[in-house]
Amino acid sequence: MNIVVCVKQVPDTTEIKIDPIKNTLIRQGVPSIMNPFDKNALEEAIQLKEQYSGSVTVISMGPEQAKATLREALSMGADKAYLVTDRAFGGSDTYATSYILSKVIEKLGPFDVILGGKQAIDGDTGQTAPSIAEHLGIARLTHIRSMKIDGNKCVVEREIEEGIEIVEAKLPILCTATKETNKPRYATIKGKIDSLKADIENITLADLPNMDITKIGLKGSPTRVKSTFIPERKSSCEMLESVNPRETAKVLFGKLAEAKIL
Amino acid sequence: MSLLYTEEQKALIALVKDMAENEIKPYVQELDEKGECPGELFKWAFDMGLHMLEIPEEFGGTGLSYETTAMIFEELAKVDAGYAITFVTTFVALRNVILSGSPEQGKYFADIIGKGNFAAFALTEPNAGSDPAALRGTAVKDGDDYILNATKTFITNGEIAALFVGFFKTDVKAGHKGISAFIIDADAPGITIGQHENKMGLRLSNTTDVTFENVRVPASSMVGAEGSGFKLALNALNLSRAFVATLAVGIMQRALDESVKYAKERKQFGKPIIKFQMVQQMLADMAIKTEASRVLVNNTMRMMDNGSLVRKEGSITKTFVSDCAQEVTSNAVQIFGGYGYSKEYPVEKLMRDCKVFQIFEGANQIQRMTIANELDREYK
Repeated sequence: MNIVVCVKQVPDTTEIKIDPIKNTLIRQGVPSIMNPFDKNALEEAIQLKEQYSGSVTVISMGPEQAKATLREALSMGADKAYLVTDRAFGGSDTYATSYILSKVIEKLGPFDVILGGKQAIDGDTGQTAPSIAEHLGIARLTHIRSMKIDGNKCVVEREIEEGIEIVEAKLPILCTATKETNKPRYATIKGKIDSLKADIENITLADLPNMDITKIGLKGSPTRVKSTFIPERKSSCEMLESVNPRETAKVLFGKLAEAKIL
Repeated sequence: MSLLYTEEQKALIALVKDMAENEIKPYVQELDEKGECPGELFKWAFDMGLHMLEIPEEFGGTGLSYETTAMIFEELAKVDAGYAITFVTTFVALRNVILSGSPEQGKYFADIIGKGNFAAFALTEPNAGSDPAALRGTAVKDGDDYILNATKTFITNGEIAALFVGFFKTDVKAGHKGISAFIIDADAPGITIGQHENKMGLRLSNTTDVTFENVRVPASSMVGAEGSGFKLALNALNLSRAFVATLAVGIMQRALDESVKYAKERKQFGKPIIKFQMVQQMLADMAIKTEASRVLVNNTMRMMDNGSLVRKEGSITKTFVSDCAQEVTSNAVQIFGGYGYSKEYPVEKLMRDCKVFQIFEGANQIQRMTIANELDREYK
């Protein structure tokens, strides 16, 4: 079984700071990591490979330094990694990015399963992976909890608001993983050493001859970001001071009823 | 962080740190109290391949340098030195086989460890600690076999080892020249594991007595030549002594990290105690001793990677580092004050954990004798 995983290098948001004047993320000096949900997607891919045999290919679109994330994927057990990089791809939104990645997947494929994280922790759109399925004209199942393969079908458990949904679908399929899908493994020492020496091939525009260049890069992106801002926090906190807990509870009850919470 | 690390070393240190802090650290306080470490916790390090680091590539291991291996174990020791020494002890036993055994013995050893097992080094007896020539354990030739009898004590990994490298007298009259080394399967009939020592520190590490009663091993399990065991043990111990010092560096770094963090948070007289000169002096001295120890360990590791048997340097490293560690961890408790004396805070454990480094792998008094004897020899 051939599996491809789309991964993204993102700033480690646990370490991120906001520029107080421009209200934008300060990316300088912030360590880059593999998007955590993509790690779950990769773990799922490796587990599928271990169970059904086959190979795991990892792709990432980004600048040269995104190879660090691809190396991490190799160290965890991916077989091959490709960096999708070209000046012409710069400024792509989720539509253009998913279009480019779908072309890369067509070139490297065919694949039975395409996996990605449910969203990236920097942009938080959750659009790129599902859009790849649209471009490829295949089924997609997001927020998966587990996945089983049965011949040319798969059975997937999905997390939905009301509970768990069990869906059967034909292969090829695109699925997105969440924190609940699995616990990503640590790399092995040997895997880490080998990954640092691995050759990672670049895929550029020249390698993708069937590309409609009006659909890529900043010009091909329908999305325009007008501004970004941090929403103001309008809630306030009121401390109830009292020596008598029974009295305090009464006051609290009154206030909650007033706010129509109770 | 005083060393120049390669990209590979940085990546390996970060990997081990990630695993140790997320998977091991949350359980350390409770396990220290209980004095044990469950197998499932060791699984993390086995999965990562920490049991194979020093095993040569020709035997299926990772074949890392001593230098890089030491860096990895320093990182693990920051979280728990007892957990780390459980893996390091396999290599203490292994070094005897690699230095003096046959390739077949090396492969045999590596294959068993490769399946996810530990080994143990069985030299010490109740009346033969600093003076291994006083061993009473015997190995008597019987056809193509040897029959082993001994009571070994303070055996790290005694209860969990799949293999022992043990030392016995093949000639009881020949003093230290009558000692021979053997590789012994832990499930051989006649081996009894004694009670787990209730230790002051390194409480995640397993330490037991091991009794050999008429244990039959093939003659092919002898490591090196008959009667060479004493020399073989000393050669392996020189390396191991320098190597365990890396764990003490990990303990010291943890003590320093915890102390600086606390001194910045803890306020007295309206300011953080790190602003008081007497606390500053303690912290500075802790940093000086930690950095100097790390550099010393690193230099000795690189000498070992170059094939040196570090007879003097191993003793100097182990003695200097373990003495520094007492002061550094004791001062960590001092900086934490009353809280430092409480088991709710992490530093008293570091003080307990590091004491044994002045005792095991040859007490520091014996090390000083070794260093002086080497000097005497050098200045002839």
